[in-house]
Amino acid sequence: MTLSNPEPVGEGEPGGTDLAAESAAVAATARAPWYLRLPVVSHLRRSVGLQRGMLVAGVVIVAVLLLSAVAAPLIAPYGFAQTAADGTPFGTQQPPSAAHPLGTTVTGFDVLSRVIWGTRTAVAVMACAVVASLFLGVALGLLSGYVGGWLDRVLVMLADAIYAFPSLLLAIVMSIVISGGQSDAWGGILAAALSITVVFVPQYFRVIRAEVVRLKAEPFVEAAKVIGTGHRRVMGTHLLRNATRTLPLIFTLNASEAILTLAALGFLGFGIEPTSASEWGYDLNRAMADATSGIWWTGLFPGAAIALAVLGVTLVGESVNDLNDPRLRTRRRRRSERKVSA
Amino acid sequence: MTDPATTEVEGAPRRPRRRASGGLGRYILIRFLLIIPTVLILMTVVFFLMRITGDPITAALGGRLTPAELAARRAEAGYDRPLIIQYLDYLGGVLRGDFGTTYTDRTPVTEILATYGAATFELVAYSVVVALVLGVPLGMIAARTRDRWPDAVLRIVAILGYATPVFFVGLLLKLVFSVGLGWLPVAGRLSTGGEITMSRILNPSPFYLLDALRLGDMTLLGDVVTHALLPAVALGILTGGIFLRLVRTNMIGTLEMQYIESARSRGVPESRLTTRHALRPALIPIVTVMGMQIAMMLGGAVLTETTFEWNGLGYMLAEYMKARDYVAVQGIVMMLAVIVALSNFVVDVIAALIDPRVRY
Repeated sequence: MTLSNPEPVGEGEPGGTDLAAESAAVAATARAPWYLRLPVVSHLRRSVGLQRGMLVAGVVIVAVLLLSAVAAPLIAPYGFAQTAADGTPFGTQQPPSAAHPLGTTVTGFDVLSRVIWGTRTAVAVMACAVVASLFLGVALGLLSGYVGGWLDRVLVMLADAIYAFPSLLLAIVMSIVISGGQSDAWGGILAAALSITVVFVPQYFRVIRAEVVRLKAEPFVEAAKVIGTGHRRVMGTHLLRNATRTLPLIFTLNASEAILTLAALGFLGFGIEPTSASEWGYDLNRAMADATSGIWWTGLFPGAAIALAVLGVTLVGESVNDLNDPRLRTRRRRRSERKVSA
Repeated sequence: MTDPATTEVEGAPRRPRRRASGGLGRYILIRFLLIIPTVLILMTVVFFLMRITGDPITAALGGRLTPAELAARRAEAGYDRPLIIQYLDYLGGVLRGDFGTTYTDRTPVTEILATYGAATFELVAYSVVVALVLGVPLGMIAARTRDRWPDAVLRIVAILGYATPVFFVGLLLKLVFSVGLGWLPVAGRLSTGGEITMSRILNPSPFYLLDALRLGDMTLLGDVVTHALLPAVALGILTGGIFLRLVRTNMIGTLEMQYIESARSRGVPESRLTTRHALRPALIPIVTVMGMQIAMMLGGAVLTETTFEWNGLGYMLAEYMKARDYVAVQGIVMMLAVIVALSNFVVDVIAALIDPRVRY
């Protein structure tokens, strides 16, 4: 940690020769093309064995999820709220057949189509929730950590209180506030995303605030202040860029939690109207009664879709976390090391 | 007690403060006092959030009554007063132990807690047992076989346990064990026969398991246990996966410590190293994390209870939500907040008893 240069690496003109000479290690990684330095890509290159397998599996699942969300109208055989094709109704609770590979639901929707369209809702909520909580949490964390004083104390207390509370209950309260329970497609997606945001903001806030409090005492921040840099610039440049290193991890962990919270809200009947968008949690809610009479296809597939989506995002997050933690990283030559020590 | 007098005169370093800062009693007191702002903040946030959208009466009955009737009902319940008065009124009620009365069936919220709280407690207790029985040994195995196939399988199982929503696990368990194999009941806490037996008990306790044990009625006990098995497993798998990962990570850390190496060189067998020397330090974080898990488990309990029609607080919460009875929802949510804050306090005290380093 020799931070003699007041500006973080990567900032400023490319012609800084002493800067490049100073930190050979940083330069070595910086020389790789930018696309190899992206969080997940660089982790992929660093990983070996099982860890690589888990990371690759996660990336593949997430890619499939995103693809199916984008191309839902092309892949899905029917619309998500369609109950009849060419004037003939699908029939309700039909077992899987050639026309309906995954059967139909109690309201006569095609299960396969609803599972595919559901990826769209899940991805939309995930993206909105994570982006919103990222911005809010980071902004509040920066401000709270930098300004300090009573503002900091109040915000920390508020964040701690919210953090200690069951997140699902908070999401329920928020969804009542935002949409009064039920709503149309975008209203519902935004309501679910905002409900989840409230739950996540304290997590981002804590991480960023802790980092900012630590960084504030670093010499390069002092130096910037001494030469008369404005508060806004210190916060935006010196602190923000250095405090956001741990974010990709929380990012992936929260993305998976967003899917679970959306599904839970839907399951409790607090989600999106079935005719305005397809949502897996709602479908599972309707499938509970089917299960008692042995109808398995209405619940199995949406449930598996939730589990798979969360699994994919979690695998990526877990692997990135393990690769960042030297204690947990799989070492390349572990077996030979062991033989030597034994 | 004589110390302050001497220090005042002498101006010596304040010894009493140093002694007290390490005291368990002081820690417990501070920790207990911290509950008050936490609960107060949550109550304030939830109260004002729920009122932003309007009053509960319009939410429950809007559209079914004329505007004039609605206004009359609002005035009767006091919802036309300024918000701050309503808030103070509400806080005063809570201080007197009154969390409000449900709008749809006119039940005091505290009575709902008394009637259904035990069921939720029972469910959470069972699932903690399931989680510990699953999580701790499997986590130990994963740590021992680090980076080999049992570890790989167990880690993926743990992630799957976390990734699968409780209600989907419940649905699968129901499909396999209740509908497919017919071994276990589909839902509820008791069969009709069991309920009849239970209703004959004089002064029943709210805990079915205790009642069944007290009666010594084997069929009743079997009935209680078979009904509880699937919900407990569904909720337990979720937490069990988290315990597995915790035990694994911490044991990998402790297994590399020097005291393990020295014990090994003294000839302590590997099995004993794992189960004794490395396990104890790895269990401390579990106690701490358990505190955070209580909040998550209560959320999970809401879903599990809805899945298995288990007559607890969570099930009632979902029912009141469906009825748009937001007075009840607010009351139950607030009460759960108090329960979470109290149980976090208990867990922190236990953690402080086990590990002296966690004290302030």
